[in-house]
Amino acid sequence: MASTTSVSLGQRASLTAGQLPRFSPIWLLVISWIVVGGLFTILVLAGITEDFNLVGTVFFGTLLYAAIIYVASRIVEGARKATDRLMAALVTTAFIVALLPLVSLVSTAVISGAARFDVTFFNNSMRNVVGDAPGGAIHAIIGTLEITGMATLMSVPIGLLTAIYLVEYGRGRLAQAITFLVDVMTGIPSIVAGLFAFAFFSLILDQPGIRFGFGGAVALSVLMIPVVVRSCEEMLKLVPNELREASFALGVPRWLTVVKVVLPTSVAGIITGVMLSISRVIGETAPLLLIAGFTQSVNYNLFDERMMTLPVFVYTQYANPGSDVQAFLDRAWAGALTLIVIVMLLNLIARLIARFFAPKIAR
Amino acid sequence: MATARMTASAAPTPTGEIKAKKRLGDILFSGSTVTAGWIIVVVLAAVAIFLIAQSIPALIADPADIKGAPASFWAYVGPLVFGTLWAAVIALAIALPIAIGIALFISHYAPRRLAQGLGYLIDLLAAVPSVVFGLWGIKVLAPFVRPGYEWLATNLGWIPLFSGPVSGTGRTILTVAIVLAVMILPIITALCREVFLQTPRLHEEAALALGATRWEMIRTAVLPFGRPGIISASMLGLGRALGETMAVAMVLSPAAVISFVLLQSQNPTTIAANIALNFPEAAGVNVNVLIATGLVLFVITFAVNALARYAINRRKAFSGAN
Repeated sequence: MASTTSVSLGQRASLTAGQLPRFSPIWLLVISWIVVGGLFTILVLAGITEDFNLVGTVFFGTLLYAAIIYVASRIVEGARKATDRLMAALVTTAFIVALLPLVSLVSTAVISGAARFDVTFFNNSMRNVVGDAPGGAIHAIIGTLEITGMATLMSVPIGLLTAIYLVEYGRGRLAQAITFLVDVMTGIPSIVAGLFAFAFFSLILDQPGIRFGFGGAVALSVLMIPVVVRSCEEMLKLVPNELREASFALGVPRWLTVVKVVLPTSVAGIITGVMLSISRVIGETAPLLLIAGFTQSVNYNLFDERMMTLPVFVYTQYANPGSDVQAFLDRAWAGALTLIVIVMLLNLIARLIARFFAPKIAR
Repeated sequence: MATARMTASAAPTPTGEIKAKKRLGDILFSGSTVTAGWIIVVVLAAVAIFLIAQSIPALIADPADIKGAPASFWAYVGPLVFGTLWAAVIALAIALPIAIGIALFISHYAPRRLAQGLGYLIDLLAAVPSVVFGLWGIKVLAPFVRPGYEWLATNLGWIPLFSGPVSGTGRTILTVAIVLAVMILPIITALCREVFLQTPRLHEEAALALGATRWEMIRTAVLPFGRPGIISASMLGLGRALGETMAVAMVLSPAAVISFVLLQSQNPTTIAANIALNFPEAAGVNVNVLIATGLVLFVITFAVNALARYAINRRKAFSGAN
């Protein structure tokens, strides 16, 4: 803000006369928060609301700030400057508003999930869990790992090879068609992928009510392949052409150039992309609900019988509670917390890999 | 890329063109990449074919066999299509202004050093699994917004959208739309941010040099340049919202109605949520009916996404940014 209005020292007095003091926005923001916070405190003390409304304080406080700064600036600085300050306040508000759900969601998951985030949760299944027995999610964790692992095993080779085709070989109709179809695939709703897996296997295997883990892996692959293709393509495009040309000039065959030069250069980015795509599908619920089904017991076999997964575990614990509703809710939140931890870890590791193992081209 | 290809073929010799030597490794490798490409084509074809094949029994079935005995399949799917579009459009209406605000904040307002970290923070929202959003929506958001709904109904109840009586649980289509809005925020923000950052630096500096304030610079240089990008970003966000399943299935208390009211307990449900809720117990022709509704959803999202891609690609060709 200051940079656009900076002036030489001698003129400052006359030119800053029509301006708000430099730190007034910050002070006004703090004051508005305190005022709104005070109002909510009075509401709590008067017994109208039960808890102090922190989210409301931040939200309405920021809105109050926007109004105050507009009026103050309008009086001191004029209409144009006032609009500028109002928009700056609104833009900042938008950012804060977006952070509120993230903070609320993560803190709720941590607080509610902590109740059952214990050893029993990670080494017990829900088999024969009645009455006060704590029960756990080991069956769901095993299912999630197997199904996501299988989906990764199928998606990464197909996705990576397609990306290599598009970047290194592809031209003409087929390459255009594949680029378009990958875009289309990115937009497939997850539940449609699940329906496809169900429609496919129930027709092929002639079982009208088919449920098994491998079908879930296929459904996840449909969702995962386009993400892998996209990210690998971006990474392969980043490899400088000089490297390829140097390799060709030395008489290295094309395929060895790709395997020994292009892929090693971009491997960090590719791994990052794959991890991000895993983190995207590992939380998918709808397709697994349709094709992998749900069960209470551990099932190691991808190709037979229903298989529980973590997201479906969270959903069923919430949707079909037994007599002790709170125990089921606690398990659901613990499952949700586990999922969040897995996804955040995948994201974090992926970003770290991208940062520390970036292509070694700028030497 | 062109240079790479030229160097790949054999060097020109006096006798004219000589084809590069066909090595087994090259043939196998390029063959497998082409196969991978074809697998994608085949998978998408299979998605369409198998969905259609499994949908046909639903279209020719006696409507009396369908759950709830509607007049026809289309009478069954109609309210669902309406609910899907309605929820997604409200979600977009909520998310778009906020997303543009965030994108501007990150690209033009936040301190440079913080900007990237703040971008990651928003991206984290995209990483949260939808089932967790559903759980959060029903346990935290629905009770939280209910007092606000009461206020809306008493003070703005004369607007048909906000007419009462307010649902006692807060599990209304507006709550669903808020959850959906949070879920599609990251994708819209990410795309808008990219577009805003691409605004030619000279346009911005020219505006500032003419005495524009920061907001006037954004209004005259950044937003007009980014408009096609904003449109396509919102279309992609809409596509996301249309297909979102679990959050809707968990938060909404559904009914097969076509109704625009936002706060009451009778809410139209969406195609995806309807499938998720009914599929585990469905049998016989009802399975085919659900698959057919899935096909309808596929067609809708396909159209929306194709439009978005069209807008993006058209922009790529004509923008001066790249």
